[in-house]
Amino acid sequence: MAIAVRDDIGPPTVRISRPALLAHGVVKCFRSSGKDVRAVDDVSLAVSRGEIYALLGANGSGKSTLIRVLSTLLEADAGTVTVFGLDIRADELAVKRLINRVSVEASFFKKLSAMENLVYAGRLYGVPAADARTRSREILVRLGITAARHDEPLEKLSRGMQQKVAIARAFLTSPSLLLLDEPTTGLDIRSKREVQTFVRDLRDEHDATILLTTHDLDEAERLADRVGVLHGGKLVAEGTPSELVARYGGRGSLEDVFMTITGRKIEEADKGEEEAGT
Amino acid sequence: MIAEFAAQAGLAYAFVEREVALMKRYWLWEVVWIVYGIVTSLSVAFIGIAAPAISGNAVDPATTSRFVLYLLVGTIAWRFMGLVFENIAEIIAWERWEGTIEYTFMAPVPRLTHLAGMAGGTIVRAVVFSVTTLFAVMLFIPVDLSHANALSAIVMLAVGTVAFMGLGIASAVFPLIWTEKGLQMAYIVQAVVLLVSGVYYPTSVLPGWLQALSVVSPATYVIEGMRRALLDGADLASLWPLVWPALLVGLLSIPIGLRAFVAAERYAKRTGRLKRSG
Repeated sequence: MAIAVRDDIGPPTVRISRPALLAHGVVKCFRSSGKDVRAVDDVSLAVSRGEIYALLGANGSGKSTLIRVLSTLLEADAGTVTVFGLDIRADELAVKRLINRVSVEASFFKKLSAMENLVYAGRLYGVPAADARTRSREILVRLGITAARHDEPLEKLSRGMQQKVAIARAFLTSPSLLLLDEPTTGLDIRSKREVQTFVRDLRDEHDATILLTTHDLDEAERLADRVGVLHGGKLVAEGTPSELVARYGGRGSLEDVFMTITGRKIEEADKGEEEAGT
Repeated sequence: MIAEFAAQAGLAYAFVEREVALMKRYWLWEVVWIVYGIVTSLSVAFIGIAAPAISGNAVDPATTSRFVLYLLVGTIAWRFMGLVFENIAEIIAWERWEGTIEYTFMAPVPRLTHLAGMAGGTIVRAVVFSVTTLFAVMLFIPVDLSHANALSAIVMLAVGTVAFMGLGIASAVFPLIWTEKGLQMAYIVQAVVLLVSGVYYPTSVLPGWLQALSVVSPATYVIEGMRRALLDGADLASLWPLVWPALLVGLLSIPIGLRAFVAAERYAKRTGRLKRSG
C-alpha cells in the first residue's frame, strides 16, 4: 500500500493573518484490544475565515475523531487548537459560542418536533424563543421542509429530513465556524444537493467558515475551496482541488488523487476498514 | 451581574422547557409512573390500616390513622426526593439513550447552569407526581391532616430537594465514567439511602452500623421533620435540629458533586466516553 508522506505541503498556508481554525500537532490515541491506536496522528491545519475546507478520508481515517476534538467533545493527547484565536481548552465556553457541529447521525429528542428541538437549541445559544421560531420556519422552508411538518415529532420525519433539521439547527445559531461531519451520508441525491447548496449559501450569506468531513469525492470537489486528505490519522495531502489534481491526479479527478495518495480507491479503503472493524 | 444572572436563568430555562415538552410527549409513560406511585403508596398505606389484623391486637382508630399517615409521609416524601435524585443521576444515561449527549455537552452552557436547569425540570415533575399521588391516595384512604403544619413540611421538602440534587449530581458521575454499569451504581446509592433513612420505619430499629449511615443521609432528617410537621404540627423553630443537618449535606454535596461531575466530564473527554454509544 503506497502512502504518500505529507512532505510537500509543509506548514499550513493561510490567506489571512488569523485563521478561523488553527490546529497544530494534534494527536489522539485510543486503547483498543490492548493496543494504542493513533486515531489522529500529528495533524496540523489552518482554515481561513469564510473558507470551506473538506477533510477527505475513508472510514476510520480519523475524520470524525478530529472533528470531535475540534468541537470540544474530545480532548487531544497533544497539540493545540485555536478558533479565531481562542484556545479550545482554555477558552472552551467562548469557543463553544462560536462553533456548531452537524454529525453524521442527527442527534435530537426524537419525540419532540423539529420546532421544539430548534427552539431548545436556540435557547442554548441565547437566541430568544420568538426569534428562534421565526428563523427556524424560514430555514426549514428553505431546506424544503413544509410548514405542516414543523410541529410533527421528528421520529416521523425521514432520515433526510432529520438531517436537514440538524443543518437548520446549526444555521439557527449563526456559528462562525461550522463543523459538518459527513452531513450528507445516507441522503438521497436530491437531499444531498439541497444540503450542499445550503452549505454554500450559508458561507456566502453569513460569512461562516466551514470544515466538513466526507468520503464523497464528488461532494468535496463540489463544495470545498481546499481539501485535506486524511489517511491513517495523518493529513497526507492538502490543497485546492485543482492543486491536488495537478500534483497527484492521473486523469484529473479527486478519485485519482485519493488513489495515488493512499494506493486504494476510497470505496476499497472504506470496505477494508469495515472488515477490520468486524 | 443581574444581566448575567438573567442570561444564565434563560439558559437554564431551556432545560426546564425541554423536560416539560418531553413529559407531554412521553405522557403515557408519565401516566404509568404516576399510577405506579399511587399504587405503591396505597399498598404501603394499607399496611398501616392492616396493623390490627397483622399484630393480632386491637388498635384504636386514632393510632391506626397516625400509623397510616406515618407511612404515607415516608412513601410520598421518598417518592419526591427519589424522583429528584433519579432524574438528575440519569442525565447522562438519558441523553445517551436519546442520542443528544454530544449536542448538549457542546452547547455553550456552563455545567452549573445545565444541572440547575435539569433540576428545575425535575422539580416540576416531582411536584406534579407527588401532589397527584397524595390526592389520589386520599380518595381511597381517609388521611388525617388536621394537625399538619404545611409550611414546615414544605420547607423540609425543599431542604431535602437541595440535598438530593447534590447527591444526584454526584451520582451522575458514575454513568460518565462507567458507560454501561454507571447508572446501576447510582441506583445502588439510592437503594442504600432508602434502607438507612427511616422511610417506612424509625431508624432506631436498624442495626448499629446502619444507624451510623443514617446519620449522614439527608433523607433521615427530611422524613423525620416532615412527619413531625404533618403528624404533630411542629413549627420551623422546633424543626431546626433536623433542618440544619439536611441543609448542610445539600450545601456540601452540590459543590462537591459539581466538582466531581466536571472532573468526570474531563475524564470522559480524554477517553472518548462522551458520546451516544458509550
